[in-house]
Amino acid sequence: MFKWLHPYAKPETVYHLCGRLYPWLMALAVLLLLLGNIWGLAFTPPDYQQGDSYRIIHIHVPSAIMSMGTYSAMAIAAFTALVWQVKVAQWSVLALAPVGAVYTAIALITGMAWGKPMWGTWWVWDARLTSELILLFLYLGVIALSGAFSDRQTGAKAASLLAVIGVINLPVIHFSVEWWNTLHQGASITKFAKPSIDPSMLWPLLISILAFKILMLALLCLRLRNAILQNEQHRPWVKALAGGH
Amino acid sequence: MVTLYRFTQRELRLLARQKADWLNPLLFFVIVLSLFPLGVGPEPNLLRIMAPGIVWIAALLSVLLAAERLFKDDYRNGVIEQLVAAQQPLLSFVLAKLITNWLSTGLPLVLLSPLVALLLNIDQASLVAMVFTLLLGTPLLSLLSVMGAALTVSADKGGILLALLILPLYIPLLIFASAAIEAASMALPYHGQLAIMLAMLLCAMALIPLAVISALKLNVS
Repeated sequence: MFKWLHPYAKPETVYHLCGRLYPWLMALAVLLLLLGNIWGLAFTPPDYQQGDSYRIIHIHVPSAIMSMGTYSAMAIAAFTALVWQVKVAQWSVLALAPVGAVYTAIALITGMAWGKPMWGTWWVWDARLTSELILLFLYLGVIALSGAFSDRQTGAKAASLLAVIGVINLPVIHFSVEWWNTLHQGASITKFAKPSIDPSMLWPLLISILAFKILMLALLCLRLRNAILQNEQHRPWVKALAGGH
Repeated sequence: MVTLYRFTQRELRLLARQKADWLNPLLFFVIVLSLFPLGVGPEPNLLRIMAPGIVWIAALLSVLLAAERLFKDDYRNGVIEQLVAAQQPLLSFVLAKLITNWLSTGLPLVLLSPLVALLLNIDQASLVAMVFTLLLGTPLLSLLSVMGAALTVSADKGGILLALLILPLYIPLLIFASAAIEAASMALPYHGQLAIMLAMLLCAMALIPLAVISALKLNVS
């Protein structure tokens, strides 16, 4: 398997692979986003309790899922970078962090916008909300640490290390926050009956989740290509690429 | 073992000569504590309710203040670089740092806790719980701050970055420590919280020195 994977650790190969994948992924992401969101926002029946305001679920839930999905992708890349010293993996940690941070921010902001009409308040210190907020802080820590060094390579390594430490801590943080919340408030208003969602609402939601995921991959390709060019700018193959224009 | 002893001796000697390094954070701790009554009002009942959170947030801030300079001098005079270059096992160096960091910042907080109890109108049972949580929690706080300091040792702007890195990781400790003190103030058992804090401390003791060593190595390479 290592023999099969080995060429993909070479920046040049990854650059061209990302270049080939990017248009397809981006087109698919845009298509699915349009399909999922238009279907979800305009053509699903209104909820019997929440009326039309539940429709923000088609943005809120996919971004919340992908905020965690992006963190796990980032942590896997960071682990690969630390153990096997793969440079491309280091750069993909830095490429993924802002994408994940934006997904987390979208999840928080849409959640607040949803909370205002439903719970009557923008923010409650509920376990889910709190752990999402902490996730945002973890992302910001990784981004800030990567930019804090004059040597870019050291920054990438330190950020990878922090991402791995963060993923070990994430379950501890999650469960302690959950425990803290139940200690203080008892039953929470946010535990809405999720599994009983109607198929007519479920399908556009699933399509939106898939769209957010593919969008993440497309953005990863785009940002990773930039990172490779920036870090390898003195290599002959980059010079040949730039000279070709 | 001998090297650990030597390193600890060296660190303690350094601390004895640079008293401001560990006295200022302690002073800061007391000042922050005395600011809270001025800010929220001197109402004794209100202070008693808020005390667990206040104590633990002040403890974190003072430990953060001490952590920033933890590896800076050794990095600047090249001690860390020489240790890495000489293929010396960094573990004893890191352990010595941890021990002296706890002795200079964690232990004084435990000793100061009766004074804190006076300032914030904390009763006897809560004071005992507070001493226990500080005894279990401050070593964990030292571990976290040493890790943050090691990660940012060669960074251009360490201070605020250090806070951003450590604060999210510190949240579980804050939750369980203040929950234990709160339970004690209501005469409820708090062994569970203490047990979880001990578990977190043991896990951190096993894993964090490894992270510190690799962080130091990548900062000098």
